Amino acid sequence: MDDRRLELIIGNLLRAGVLLAASIVLIGGTLYLAGHHADPINYRQFVAGGPAVQSVAGIVQSAAHLHSEGLIQFGLLLLIATPVARVVLAVIGFALEKDRLYAIVSLIVLAILAFSLLHAI
Amino acid sequence: MSALVFTLIVLSLSAVAGFLGSLTGLGGGVVIVPALALALGVDIKYAIGASLVSVIATSSGAAAAYVREGFSNIRIGMLLEIATTIGAVVGAVLAVHVTTHAIAIVFGLVLAQAAYQSLFKAEPESEAIVASDSLGSRLRLGSDYPAGNSRQVYGVRNVPTGFGLMFGAGALSGLLGIGSGALKVIAMDRAMKIPFKVSTTTSNFMIGVTAAASAGVYLSRGYIDPRITMPVMLGVLAGAFLGTKVLVHARVRTLRIVFGIVVLALALEMIVNGFTGRI
Repeated sequence: MDDRRLELIIGNLLRAGVLLAASIVLIGGTLYLAGHHADPINYRQFVAGGPAVQSVAGIVQSAAHLHSEGLIQFGLLLLIATPVARVVLAVIGFALEKDRLYAIVSLIVLAILAFSLLHAI
Repeated sequence: MSALVFTLIVLSLSAVAGFLGSLTGLGGGVVIVPALALALGVDIKYAIGASLVSVIATSSGAAAAYVREGFSNIRIGMLLEIATTIGAVVGAVLAVHVTTHAIAIVFGLVLAQAAYQSLFKAEPESEAIVASDSLGSRLRLGSDYPAGNSRQVYGVRNVPTGFGLMFGAGALSGLLGIGSGALKVIAMDRAMKIPFKVSTTTSNFMIGVTAAASAGVYLSRGYIDPRITMPVMLGVLAGAFLGTKVLVHARVRTLRIVFGIVVLALALEMIVNGFTGRI
């Protein structure tokens, strides 16, 4: 398998991931508007939204209860996962090609991503 | 303003931003943050969180199309990603600690640069450099791309300089919630002598991974609010998709000028509002 074929498969997987994420956000958004369309909003002052939208565990729990904001956030989480999946697939791809240098390079990138995302757990 | 009106306005603004961003190659993020902050009075922290997520959406969504063109170079992308992701984490942590005024001013400066690029720069038709320097060839970064019926071979130079610039690009991305694709292209095209087409498509690949590195920090700080990010992400994605379907040759020059003037106006307003403390 050459680089280009591998990349094309990865590219198509990513697009599917984006579409899935966008669909979940759309469903969550529709539910949100159905319940809150007349709510007055004010986003002038930043106020953190709490664990239900800030931590991975909180988001999954909120989405499992079909809360609209939890569903949206779960879709967004899925979206954030698409580039991470891309790096994981690159690690595997380079390992299959026995390209040790770039398998390690991809692993380093993955470790940095994991470090950042672990902040959110 | 009611939640419904807010959602509809943000959805339309984001669709326009995504459409123009995809046609001009500047990305939607650079206009969506000032639009939210200036026109709708949204706290800039919410705005950069929403923008960052939509940057990931357009990057991942367009990946397949770019690969099919055969220009992107995954080895270059992955190697430089080490620099951009570290930079992105640093930038995101910085965003938590600096004032919103400072963020607004830095944002304005980046916008001014984007405006300049949109108004005065044509895509350079630089000749590909065939031979890599010693580090470039040890890292096996050179490759080839389709040119007519044959393939044009190219080499890669000045890897350390490119690496340093990429750290800066990542930090700006994490600080401002943008893709900072322009700076990534400059690092590859100018510093590393990588052909322009390869630089732009590889930059698209890198933007999503860079943004994911700051997304964890943003999420845990509550910058990614579902009620604001939902219309931004869906709008930008729809706009960018439409942008790729429109004939690219149609009046791009005119579009770039219009876009450049809009971005310049946003730049000035961000800087003024940052200094006067309104943002």
